Amino acid sequence: MSFFTDGANWHGGNGIPNRIAEHLYLSGTSMLVAVLIAVPLSLWLGHLGRGGLLAINTSNVGRALPSLALLGICAQVLPKGYDSPWPTIAALVALGVPPLVTNTYVGVREVDRDVVEAARGMGLAGRQVLWQVELPLALPLILAGLRTATTNVVATAALAALFGQGGLGRYIVDGQATSDEARMFGGAVLVAALALLLDRLIAAGATRRSPLERSRRGGTVARVEQQAVRAESLTGAATQ
Amino acid sequence: MAFPLSVASPLAVSNVAYGLGADAAAGRPLAANDANSLIWWHWVGQHLDDIGTDLARHLELTVIAVAIGLLVSAPLALLARRYRALAGPILSVSGVLYTIPSIALLYLLGPVTGFLSFLTVEVALVTYTLLILVRNIVTGLESVSEDVREAARGMGYTNTAMLWTVEIPLALPSIMAGIRIATVTTIGLATLAALLTQGGLGDLILDGIGRRFPTPIMVGSVLAIALAVAADLLLLGAQRLVSPWARARRPA
Repeated sequence: MSFFTDGANWHGGNGIPNRIAEHLYLSGTSMLVAVLIAVPLSLWLGHLGRGGLLAINTSNVGRALPSLALLGICAQVLPKGYDSPWPTIAALVALGVPPLVTNTYVGVREVDRDVVEAARGMGLAGRQVLWQVELPLALPLILAGLRTATTNVVATAALAALFGQGGLGRYIVDGQATSDEARMFGGAVLVAALALLLDRLIAAGATRRSPLERSRRGGTVARVEQQAVRAESLTGAATQ
Repeated sequence: MAFPLSVASPLAVSNVAYGLGADAAAGRPLAANDANSLIWWHWVGQHLDDIGTDLARHLELTVIAVAIGLLVSAPLALLARRYRALAGPILSVSGVLYTIPSIALLYLLGPVTGFLSFLTVEVALVTYTLLILVRNIVTGLESVSEDVREAARGMGYTNTAMLWTVEIPLALPSIMAGIRIATVTTIGLATLAALLTQGGLGDLILDGIGRRFPTPIMVGSVLAIALAVAADLLLLGAQRLVSPWARARRPA
């Protein structure tokens, strides 16, 4: 715990705020690229019902990829492996894409076929069905995939320190090099805290976004709505 | 008929692409260690012992972790089933633990089980198998239909007998799936054991990083991925073996 009370650790290039910023930069850039690659493609594939085998198996493949190995391969194979963050980001993108692809695809496929048919019956074109019906209903699963992907990326970004990058992993790696147990532990606490925080944030965002979830959850909004319905049925015209 | 291989010829291009370097491009016999190639097979040949040790150690770490994971998850899963109130906490605690990045957990356990120790590595690996195994065992047991249970009770089976002779066999596909996922995940995570000087394929990778030497990185990475894929396929076969009814139901 002396790691956190030492004032020197809160300032400058090796300070906690800067390292968190570096970590978020690595993770954020990778997640952005991963989402841009994975989500539109999988939405479209799910909407068309094509490429299911590929979509569902990418997460099996992604799970089998050891993150350290992936980082190592990217650092060695891609140019400027140890000098620039881009090979690391490439590896992180490769880790973030599989959960997003699988969850987005399955999310769109799982939408009740009756609802989709009703939408088409109402005259909505294919693209409108996707954006206005399938996407909102698939959102819980997509956000679950986002959660998994973010956790993977934040966790592996900590390993980037082994490849000369910054981020919170620097504390762990440097601490081990100098046998500084407080630093190793402090770095581990920060990485864990960041991962848990982001996980909670996305989970909270997920439960709030889906209107179906909201009414089923029985929260304040749902109770108020139920009460209004009950009141209306009892008093009839009086509430108007 | 021998056409001289110029640098522009397709064979030369592919030789360079496969990292065989300038010597191959010019058609000369390969020197032992070309600086440009990703894998110095010469080095691999010399270090087969080390590679074998790391591979064996990696397997050892994985098998111990999954075995202990099963031993810990099974009672937890049974508890979660017997006492509904416990199910929520058990699953959410393992869920939270699963979210903690593996590299973080390895060092968080430091003050408790020792920094850079075998115990820390195994405790961390077991922790990550818990969520997968508990969830799959519970799901598997719950998927046994109530009709079957009633029939068993009607035939005079006690709860314990029913558990072992009826529910667990029927839950085996789900349990095997859990073991499969847990094993593949653990193989990936065990590469980090090398950070704690506990050996495994991560040792090769870290060695290569330290010396900016691509060969051990490639060898370690490829072996780790191959091991994960092999385990996945093997256990998938085992999973199919324990669910003959799923096979029968598949459309021809």
